[in-house]
Amino acid sequence: MTMTDSPQQERIIGERRLRREDPGLLSGENRFSDDLVVPGALHLVLVRSPHAHAKILHVDANAARSMPGVVAVLTGQDLQSEWAAPMPCAWPVTPDMKNPAHYPLATEYVHYAGECVVAVVARSQIEAVDAAGAVIVEYEELTPVLDLEDAVTDASLAHEELDSNASFVWSLDPNPEAVEAAFREAAVTVSERYVQQRLIPAAMEPRAMVVVPSPMGGDYTVYSATQIPHVLRVMLALTTGIPETKLRVVAPSVGGGFGSKLDVYAEELLCLVLARRLRQPVRFTEERGEGTMATIHGRGQVQYMELAANADGKVTAVRVKLLADMGAYLQLVTPGVPLLGAFLYHGVYDIGAYSFTCTGLFTNKTPTDAYRGAGRPEATYAIERAMDTLARKLAMDPAEIRRRNFIAAEKFPYESVAGLVFDSGSYQENLAKALDRAGYAELRAEQQRRRAAGDPRRLGIGVSCYVEMCGLAPSRVLASLNYGAGGWEAATVRILPTSKVQVVTGTAPHGQGHETSWSMIVADKLGISPDDVEVLHSDTAIAPHGMDTYGSRSLSVGGTAIYLATERVIEKALKIAAHQMEVAEEDLEYVGASFRVKGSPDQQLPLAAIAFEAFTAHNLPDGVEPNLEASISWDPPNFTFPNGTHIAVVEVDEETGRVQLERYIAVDDCGNQINPMIVEGQVHGGITQGVAQALYEEALYDASGQLLNASLADYLVPSAAELPSFELGSTVTPSPTNPLGVKGVGEAGTIGSAPAVINAVVDALADLGVTDCPMPATPERVYSLIQQATAAR
Amino acid sequence: MRVEVTVNGQERVADVEPRTLLVHLLREHFALTGTNVGCDTSSCGACTVLLDGESVKSCTVLAAQADGRAVTTIEGLADLDGTLHPLQRAFQENHALQCGYCTPGMVMVSMSILAEHDTLDEATVREGLEGNLCRCTGYHNIVKAVLAAKEAMGASR
Repeated sequence: MTMTDSPQQERIIGERRLRREDPGLLSGENRFSDDLVVPGALHLVLVRSPHAHAKILHVDANAARSMPGVVAVLTGQDLQSEWAAPMPCAWPVTPDMKNPAHYPLATEYVHYAGECVVAVVARSQIEAVDAAGAVIVEYEELTPVLDLEDAVTDASLAHEELDSNASFVWSLDPNPEAVEAAFREAAVTVSERYVQQRLIPAAMEPRAMVVVPSPMGGDYTVYSATQIPHVLRVMLALTTGIPETKLRVVAPSVGGGFGSKLDVYAEELLCLVLARRLRQPVRFTEERGEGTMATIHGRGQVQYMELAANADGKVTAVRVKLLADMGAYLQLVTPGVPLLGAFLYHGVYDIGAYSFTCTGLFTNKTPTDAYRGAGRPEATYAIERAMDTLARKLAMDPAEIRRRNFIAAEKFPYESVAGLVFDSGSYQENLAKALDRAGYAELRAEQQRRRAAGDPRRLGIGVSCYVEMCGLAPSRVLASLNYGAGGWEAATVRILPTSKVQVVTGTAPHGQGHETSWSMIVADKLGISPDDVEVLHSDTAIAPHGMDTYGSRSLSVGGTAIYLATERVIEKALKIAAHQMEVAEEDLEYVGASFRVKGSPDQQLPLAAIAFEAFTAHNLPDGVEPNLEASISWDPPNFTFPNGTHIAVVEVDEETGRVQLERYIAVDDCGNQINPMIVEGQVHGGITQGVAQALYEEALYDASGQLLNASLADYLVPSAAELPSFELGSTVTPSPTNPLGVKGVGEAGTIGSAPAVINAVVDALADLGVTDCPMPATPERVYSLIQQATAAR
Repeated sequence: MRVEVTVNGQERVADVEPRTLLVHLLREHFALTGTNVGCDTSSCGACTVLLDGESVKSCTVLAAQADGRAVTTIEGLADLDGTLHPLQRAFQENHALQCGYCTPGMVMVSMSILAEHDTLDEATVREGLEGNLCRCTGYHNIVKAVLAAKEAMGASR
């Protein structure tokens, strides 16, 4: 048989189909974790360390224990017997990586402000809050380690039991002689130091969870605002000793994640063991002011970036040394985050010599972990900033220096110096489209006009070209990086007796619209309406297998699994159809949800009829089992490599230092697009998070290790008023890695945008002699750069 | 203390602690969980509702202050048969929501913006949305949705 797309069969893939998720979310009908009503649920409130680094001397919980509604007040020592293992880190990047034991409640020492010290459980939230306020903890303060460049000296230690702040040193240095030679022979070199400030992910929904035990049966249902219900179930079993078979994890509607809900948190573990101990449901919802300290942070790196180049601007080598802030403990994938960027510091450029070294360092701050882009925004920032510096040194246009170094379109699949195989792309086309869309020449002319006129509203144009590795991930590659799990995804496609279709996916959406997109993939393949396809997910009792949602993986890995499962269902249906129609399988074709005899379109059997036949099983061919269903676990053969060019146009007010983003142009290649409307939405949001890093956001600590901007009043998540509308375009080079030709788009916007904006800010001030602007480019910072540059002239 | 509030057109009564916030009255006493809590500093606007027709952040209003007044929440916008309000429809048609957590607040503040302006342009909408944070959409499509809703609902009211 053939499964060609007949002309009369309408393609659903590629439609701007409205989201089925929306009516429930728009009407208040959907339930987030904190919306769940659980009769008799006790409320957990944590007493947290006010100190960045201290020894716990004494806990006095007597007053709290006798307060109204209080059920239990428990210390780390009280709960120590509950744990089968410490909190998990699934990515021991080196065999000798240091990983200090991390338990949900601190026992002897605290290592960051916000660490959980005492658990207070009461009948109501208010009673728990009041009792937590009555717990007295005495501490002996110790010197905190806060700065990465101090931490690397080991002058003082973040963890008293370790002899160094370094958790690991990880290198990728395939040909050190070639790198040395390139720098020795270079006509021009660039040597830069960039700081990736700490960011607070700030998903709009704070973390929330409720654990419902069935004490007689020994079962637990864990509802949590998580991106990873499947991974969480495994980790809950390993840390509490509860058999995995007795744990059901459900992620209800989840209000954004961006990596911050890609983790296993102390509060999840505490709710579970408290529900076990107290034999009652226990719930926890974080307040924003504690979430900013207790939920992981992102970024936190110092990058030493070097380029070697010929006089004509051809880059010959890239050398990177990185200090990466782990924070106080290694969370689920903390040490792996810099590795996700380690292979990409040469960006979209064809470069022969490469060296990367990263030192992961402990500090007495909130643990870091994956935040949208995870390692790849950092890599892109470093190379794209350095390329602009190189262009300035050679008095070359930033677009031209990029053109001279791009990996040529005809070189794909391209084996990179760092050992990756880039799937597909046309970097030249991305740049050309973006420049055209921006009106680059006119913008440059306007910039010159303003400079000549002495206009204090300076114009800056910033270009950034990026490539990312996503679609995490081929399991064998993960093994070579020492990651503790695989990168496959599971799917089941099931045609019910009434011909409605159920899709079960191991992906765990939290805003990405998987229900809509997955139904489109299946409907397109089956030739039916997406309205007849239901997508089930995010409940380990319904979707037992999965690797969840992060790393722009859901479509390219999970979507592919669904596509292949659909194909298998059609293969099975074909056997039944051939048997019932008494023809050879080869003589049938599948068109418009029917099998028909080639050349005799009148002879056909609809899929709906076959679904019912498979259900009754009255007349199936020998060896064919009842029911029309197929399950697949798909392991991708390679990563996917989305890419693009972003251009930021900023206005910098010389008199105030204020930077206004005037325009933003993005041309992205995420391969084939299932639903362009959803793709654009992902890019919009991604751009905004990168712009936020460039201009507004930074987790600020004082000298004692206190987070100074722990509220959304002080931490500047941008609003609509700070931003323009975005101008988007796309190129499409289908990925050969999967049959859908898709690449993923969840992180692309964030990866491309921060360097585009900072390049624009520096560009606006370049004629003053400004060569760098640290992030975020606050008015104060920009104003002082202008003052220093002017004074130096 | 006893509070009487007209919520989405219905008379509702509750006995609450004096320190109870309007958002908790709605969520915990009236089971209207569409109104979300996203922060504790009145910064994010996820809890925005209409109080006597004007948008307020229900985390900055005491339940007691709503006594004798009318509150409209996200649950009160669609028709009883499930037909979405033109503004809700505009949000869907313009893909103005992703995770949906800020959405009830965004929709309610947009109700106010629509009511307060005879005509709307992008800058006015962006100013009007300033007190509401979204982490998913970059606001691009929210702005489009509000402008589209204005168009759909008639430029003059």
